[in-house]
Amino acid sequence: MKPLYYIGQYFMLMRLVFKKPQKYRVYLRQIIFEIDNIGISSLPIVAIISVFMGGIITIQAAFGFESPWVPIYAVGFTARESVVLEFSSTILCLILAGKVGSNIASEIGAMRITEQIDALEIMGINSASYLIFPKVAAAVLIFPFLTAISMFLGIYGGYVMGVSAEACTPYQYIYGIQYSFQPWKLYYAFTKTIVFAVIITSVSSYCGYYTKGGALEVGRSSTNAVVYSSILILLFAVIITNLFFNH
Amino acid sequence: MIEIKNINKTFGDRHVVQNVSFQFHQGKTNLIIGESGCGKTTILKLMVGLHPVDSGSVFYEGQDFPKLDEKGQQEIRKKIGMLFQGGALFDSQTLEENVRFPLDMFTDFSKEEKLERVNFCLQKVKLDGKNKLYPAELSGGMKKRASLARAIANSPKYLFCDEPNSGLDPKTSLIIDELIQNLTIEFNMTTIIVTHDMNSVVGIGDNIMFVHKGQNWWTGDKTQILNKSNQELFDFVFASEFMKKVYKGLHQAQ
Ligand SMILES: Nc1ncnc2c1ncn2[C@@H]1O[C@H](COP(=O)(O)OP(=O)(O)OP(=O)(O)O)[C@@H](O)[C@H]1O
Ligand SMILES: [Mg+2]
Repeated sequence: MKPLYYIGQYFMLMRLVFKKPQKYRVYLRQIIFEIDNIGISSLPIVAIISVFMGGIITIQAAFGFESPWVPIYAVGFTARESVVLEFSSTILCLILAGKVGSNIASEIGAMRITEQIDALEIMGINSASYLIFPKVAAAVLIFPFLTAISMFLGIYGGYVMGVSAEACTPYQYIYGIQYSFQPWKLYYAFTKTIVFAVIITSVSSYCGYYTKGGALEVGRSSTNAVVYSSILILLFAVIITNLFFNH
Repeated sequence: MIEIKNINKTFGDRHVVQNVSFQFHQGKTNLIIGESGCGKTTILKLMVGLHPVDSGSVFYEGQDFPKLDEKGQQEIRKKIGMLFQGGALFDSQTLEENVRFPLDMFTDFSKEEKLERVNFCLQKVKLDGKNKLYPAELSGGMKKRASLARAIANSPKYLFCDEPNSGLDPKTSLIIDELIQNLTIEFNMTTIIVTHDMNSVVGIGDNIMFVHKGQNWWTGDKTQILNKSNQELFDFVFASEFMKKVYKGLHQAQ
């Protein structure tokens, strides 16, 4: 019965989070702060991982296709499909669950055990909404940008790697990445990103918000945040993929 | 005025607060005293709703707080200032932002008005000029005082202080006590102070509740407390050599 209890507790918390803000100006300030804290500060890791993963996918495709019947431009095509469909949304969000999720859970957890959340409540502030809503909103706004940047850099990394390893010519690669392009795949990718943004921030906040005890438990909440957000990301990846592909 | 009536609280199988009733008066410094672990902080938290009461009532000017809906509770809480035992300052904000926080949330003051109010409060607790420091850069006593500044920032009607002068030197301790007392009179607040500092008790104890094993064991004021009313209170008040001497002195005088 424990899982049901946690799910109930999560949704009760979300009901508080999405109450009408008490002071719009303060919330706006917090959202801008979180965009920087959650989004902009993740740019370096997103950029590095995307370039390298794009390159690796391209090399694997280029030297993995043994058959002479596969055209060389398929290298670019494969890089694009992998990056757009899976890497820049699902894999990227799994990585961000590690970085952003643990950060959020430990921040809120520390606030809980040092009575800062109690202090907010005493002032008559809806602490759940004040602390969590700006994080969710910021992630929903900024994650699609991270995904877009990751797609671009991933495909660019593939280009650099593919061309420099002489697996394909620039022309073949560019022809490949334009080959049979279907815009709905972008909708699919961005839908995933937005859902994952909500999962990472809300689940991690939930783990932090109900921390009990001391520093040890803050560490545990932070681990839980990463584990549960990752599992939920994969679960929802399956669900969303079914909705888009299976009709 | 705040009145608590027969409040109870159990944690697991421990009955931490047992049928406690008391009246806290407006414009007075009301003290909750008792030995460590007797349930003082818990009583405070029950009063402001940080722990739900198992049974009993907490009346703020006749309104039963635990029975109010969330909105009603928030309205009362906006009139509460609280100093936590550990300070509970917001780590991510500077001292100035901490003190300004209630003003940002609940007033429409201009920037200048807020800054003026912040500086006024910081000056009251002798932290003027420390505006840009972060909580991690403050000493324990400074955190206490900063927390007090934040508690009084939005001119509360009810002020709760959990051990405002533990960890302070005797002189600063006195200053804080006097400050709280002056503010209480000046703004006609209902002030509730949890303490086990005897200096505070004899200094500012207008209305005292002595808690023992989670029960309201004795009530009175700072002069009555020096009489031997019951053994537990006597053991608490005259625990130190110094206070024993005071007791002897009082009796020789009689
Ligand atoms: N959240 C909690 N869960 C379980 N037990 C608790 C909780 N808070 C307090 N207690 C227990 O309640 C009792 C009273 O604690 P409380 O903090 O009220 O003491 P106190 O009088 O404030 O002591 P001190 O002067 O040391 O601060 C203690 O035995 C404590 O173990
Ligand atoms: Mg205490």
